[in-house]
Amino acid sequence: MSDGGLTPSQTVGPYLAIGLPWPDGPHVVPEGSPGAVWIRGTVRDGNGAPLPDALVETWQADPAGHFDHPDDPGGRHTEFRGFGRCPTDDGGGYAILTRKPGRVPGPGGVEQAPHIAVSVLARGLLNRVVTRIYFADEAAANAADPVLAGVPADRRATLIARPIDDGYRFDIRLQGDDETVFFAL
Amino acid sequence: MTPAVYRRDDGTVHPPLLSPGYRSTILRAPSQAPVLLPHTLTELTGPVLGEGRVTAADADLTVRAGGGEAQGQRIVVHGRVRDENGRPVPNSLVEVWQANAAGRYLHKWDRHDAPLDPNFTGVGRCLTDASGHYRFVTIKPGAYPWGNHANAWRPAHIHFSLFGRAFTQRLVTQMYFPDDPLFGYDPIVNSVRDERARQRMVAAFDLAATVDEWALGFRFDIVLRGTEATPMETRP
Ligand SMILES: [Fe+3]
Repeated sequence: MSDGGLTPSQTVGPYLAIGLPWPDGPHVVPEGSPGAVWIRGTVRDGNGAPLPDALVETWQADPAGHFDHPDDPGGRHTEFRGFGRCPTDDGGGYAILTRKPGRVPGPGGVEQAPHIAVSVLARGLLNRVVTRIYFADEAAANAADPVLAGVPADRRATLIARPIDDGYRFDIRLQGDDETVFFAL
Repeated sequence: MTPAVYRRDDGTVHPPLLSPGYRSTILRAPSQAPVLLPHTLTELTGPVLGEGRVTAADADLTVRAGGGEAQGQRIVVHGRVRDENGRPVPNSLVEVWQANAAGRYLHKWDRHDAPLDPNFTGVGRCLTDASGHYRFVTIKPGAYPWGNHANAWRPAHIHFSLFGRAFTQRLVTQMYFPDDPLFGYDPIVNSVRDERARQRMVAAFDLAATVDEWALGFRFDIVLRGTEATPMETRP
């Protein structure tokens, strides 16, 4: 019963796939959109085993750096939803079709490098874990990014998506060697 | 825009990711400490979803599939979504999914030897109204075994997913029913260490929401993360 305090998080459990995926969830932009890129990856556990029961959600600005949200000073964009969600397949793979985001303001007025906010939900995760996707072909912007600067240098590579034929690859390792950097919100 | 920054998780409410009583956490909980993320525009905004994606029928789980009525005890589940500052969260997407009355999910991996119900998919969604209120009609889900340990049974529950207004407010939780005898044995419920916080996941029987001759009512209010109190420098 509510006492006004925060409601605790619980796991999505193994059957999230009946409730959360949408048919168009992985398509932040429609197939064939100019500038559309796939972001593909595999979610793995501490043994390196793929997770067939995870959900990857993404939130990002459009290529001009605006969010489809009333609090964005640039105003709400109706044509770019900014949100993607994709359940992992039997091999732990996910794929989101989107456009690369523009730059958005960061702490202290410093512009952030292009990035996508990510939540991972899964059986065995009692709360979502949060990470960010940055882009390998934005080396100069990444070097000046105030959030990346707060990440230990030897772990930053886990946040960088690498170019592939039709977009970028961003693997997520929940635990162990090359564990992805997760953020406390 | 408002310079509001969301309150940081103080570690007393949400369960620790590594909760070994729930075995699946052992290989899935990150081992490194999380890096503190400043709340930038990315975190202070979030998906505004639902318009065009939700119909009124999506809030009634008892009539969605098959053309017939779902088996089981009909219930009304409703409540308000607010933030820690007590402000309602309006026009926000609420998604639910659950087992049927026999404790079986309509999912390819659910091998529990209990009947499926051709008239129950176990999936619903709705938007909160202007005052943050939501309402579903469904059936009471059954408890189900889950293999975590000998005789492990999940207390009856409904999975809830909420977006709130910002990326910082995203929450997935489970709603439980009052006085479930399985509470003391369930490592997922008890991964929340604070007793008062655990109680917030338990719906209250609600006679006012009960529909005479038709369905029992339960109230489940949900509280998402609030913003930091505004600085006090303007006070005398
Ligand atoms: Fe469940």
